[in-house]
Amino acid sequence: MSLKTLWIGALAAALIAGPMAAAVHAQPKEMFVPLLVYRTGPFAPSGIPIANGFVDYFTLVNERDGGVNGVKLTWEECETQYKTDLGVECYEKLKGKGPTGAALVNPYSTGITYQLIPKAAVDKVPVFSMGYGMTASADGRWFPWVFNFPTTYWSQASAVIRYMAQQEGGTEKLRGKKIVHIFHNSPYGKEANPTLEELSRRLGFELTLLAVDSPGQEQKATWLQVRRINPNWIFLSGWGVMNQVAVKEAAGIGFPMDHFIGNWWSASDADVIPAGEGAKGYKGATFHAPGTGFKVHADLFKFVYDKGKGAGKKEGVGEVLYNRGVVNAMLSVEAIRTAMTKHGNKPLTGAEVRWGFENLNLTEPRLEQLGMKGFTHPVKVTCEDHEGAGPVMFEQWDGKKWNIVSDWIPVMRDVVRPKLEAAAVEEGKKLSYTERDCAKEK
Amino acid sequence: MIYREAGQFKTSYASDQAIFPIAQDRWFVGLATLAAFVVPPLAASEYWLQAVLIPLLIYSLAAIGLNLLTGYAGQLSLGTGGFMAVGAYAAFKLTTAFPSLNIIAVFVLSGLVAAGVGLVFGIPSLRIKGFYLAVATLAAQFFLVWLFNKVPWFVNYASSGTITAPNRTVFGVIVTGPNATAPVRYVTALALVVVFALLAKNLVRGRVGRSWMAIRDRDIAAEIIGVRPLRTKLLAFGISSFYCGVAGAELVFLYFGSAETFAFDITLSFLVLFMVIIGGLGSILGSFLGAAFIVLVPILLTNAPQSLGLHLPVALQKQLELMVFGGLIIFFLIVEPRGLARLWQIAKEKLRLWPFPH
Repeated sequence: MSLKTLWIGALAAALIAGPMAAAVHAQPKEMFVPLLVYRTGPFAPSGIPIANGFVDYFTLVNERDGGVNGVKLTWEECETQYKTDLGVECYEKLKGKGPTGAALVNPYSTGITYQLIPKAAVDKVPVFSMGYGMTASADGRWFPWVFNFPTTYWSQASAVIRYMAQQEGGTEKLRGKKIVHIFHNSPYGKEANPTLEELSRRLGFELTLLAVDSPGQEQKATWLQVRRINPNWIFLSGWGVMNQVAVKEAAGIGFPMDHFIGNWWSASDADVIPAGEGAKGYKGATFHAPGTGFKVHADLFKFVYDKGKGAGKKEGVGEVLYNRGVVNAMLSVEAIRTAMTKHGNKPLTGAEVRWGFENLNLTEPRLEQLGMKGFTHPVKVTCEDHEGAGPVMFEQWDGKKWNIVSDWIPVMRDVVRPKLEAAAVEEGKKLSYTERDCAKEK
Repeated sequence: MIYREAGQFKTSYASDQAIFPIAQDRWFVGLATLAAFVVPPLAASEYWLQAVLIPLLIYSLAAIGLNLLTGYAGQLSLGTGGFMAVGAYAAFKLTTAFPSLNIIAVFVLSGLVAAGVGLVFGIPSLRIKGFYLAVATLAAQFFLVWLFNKVPWFVNYASSGTITAPNRTVFGVIVTGPNATAPVRYVTALALVVVFALLAKNLVRGRVGRSWMAIRDRDIAAEIIGVRPLRTKLLAFGISSFYCGVAGAELVFLYFGSAETFAFDITLSFLVLFMVIIGGLGSILGSFLGAAFIVLVPILLTNAPQSLGLHLPVALQKQLELMVFGGLIIFFLIVEPRGLARLWQIAKEKLRLWPFPH
């Protein structure tokens, strides 16, 4: 046997054996996350940065750390256009993909969240609606499969009122002041109303609720009323095109913009840029910082964008909604990591990841390790509390970028939580759920 | 050769007036219906049942409803979404108020409620016609959706402002709610569609349907030969709204599981109208074909690049889908302005002569 035939033989053996060896451990160390995104349609200006931030962080985890404890993250985007029926179709299409099925789902729309909540318990896929969705689902005893930390619409509204009081110089000073809530006339927009009404009773400010019908291009009548009322503060719960119109209208009537506060879906770059100079001073609530001044952004540039693997344009990094996508992805990854402490460093199923969400304890040192110190607030989730009732920061638009202008403002948990628990009973019973005994979990 | 009625003699009025006078048609439709009941629940994946076939059936029912009104009675309506919302909210109120009431009965009752509302909004049709009527029905669309959004009684004062389908059983099988399996929901939707399509087909072949068509083709002439416009038009509005109401209730109870008023906005009305126009005005079969076109083609287009091995960015894929879909709509409307049902009819006529055309 000549050397040449030996070589060819060895090569042939390797060629045959190679795929066979691969087939032995066929299950790759991968976990699948379905992404319901909206990069087209009327809400695309908001949807694109969120999706980019999310995907970029996942890419970062894969590129920098080689996945979560060695398990690579895989994902597939599905376009929903923010429509509920398309969202349901996407979810049904993607929930079974990957070696262990969908690890979790981020619906990215309150409407789609409502569709997925009943399915979550049946399909065993945890729903992570970060700061949106059904507020009542924050009671983990009734909604074990749904998570909406770091904080909810109701808590946010209470923090906004607390911030207004702070600016006025104390809670007492709020008495007799006029506050207007302009909201998107949908279940999402109305979320804050009960909390605001309750606080208006307790603190004695005059509350006016002004609804704007979807999509919200037409707000002349609303702002005529605002002029008549001449409020001290305006709180805005808008979405999509409604926000830009509201900001423009406010600037148009010369309302002091630093007394105009948007909720966290009404204060992103796309909302203020169309109003130009007039938007200067407009404020917004947020649970994470804007900008690119954190170590995680340096990593994103180094490991993702410099390698040409970015999901969007480099300039988009650091936009408010981009950063929200990053936070969302980070919390998802940390939940998976928490789940691995119990179930081992292997691809996990949705049910196993649910445990990780419920036992997530994101501490300040951990945030620092992640390069997110000061970027967002620590979160602790428990069986009863899927919200965490995290505090809220306020940011202000200076005409070019958003700047943080407040400390972390704590929410009024004593006001919100009892109402939330009552709502959870009501919503849970609608789905024929029963209350879980948290003492028995662990 | 295979599709020919030669030798099939009609010996009674009943056989002459049958829905499908040709034996092959009867066999085909019968077998197709049977297959629809048996094959998908056994063979189709949950994705296909839940995300494709169930909405297809529900939209077909809504399209039949609108087709009765627009295609047969000639009354252009943009209120479909509103009437479907009436059905959905009525079903929710009824089933939460009377939990032991059979859910099928709830669907029918909520259809009746929608019919009542449809009658009221049909009254302007006595004075206004064509596009002007379309605008008047637009008022129904906006008013009804606004009403359900505004009055918390309709959602049982839920803080979320949404309606949710509770678990309900028929003969001990869970049909609605989160625990209902996709095959059960599918069979329920299919059974309802079959029954109501059969009813609609018979309706349009009989006196009522003929009076509708008389009104559609020339209302003054119809009045002269003794068709009463008031009764006929209102009947069309009532029955059409009944169908839309049942479809709306099914949309929430069998498909979405929970919904807010956003699900019933004007785009839904347009969607159903497009189904009717593309499928064929004045054709029950057309309602099915139109719904199939609108529901299936986008899904096929979305999944086509992937199954061909192309990995396009989702945004590009969606935009391509919209462009191709729009192009297809224009193509079909140019090739056959009378809809897909007409194409089907032409195909059947060709097949009758095949393989020896004149």
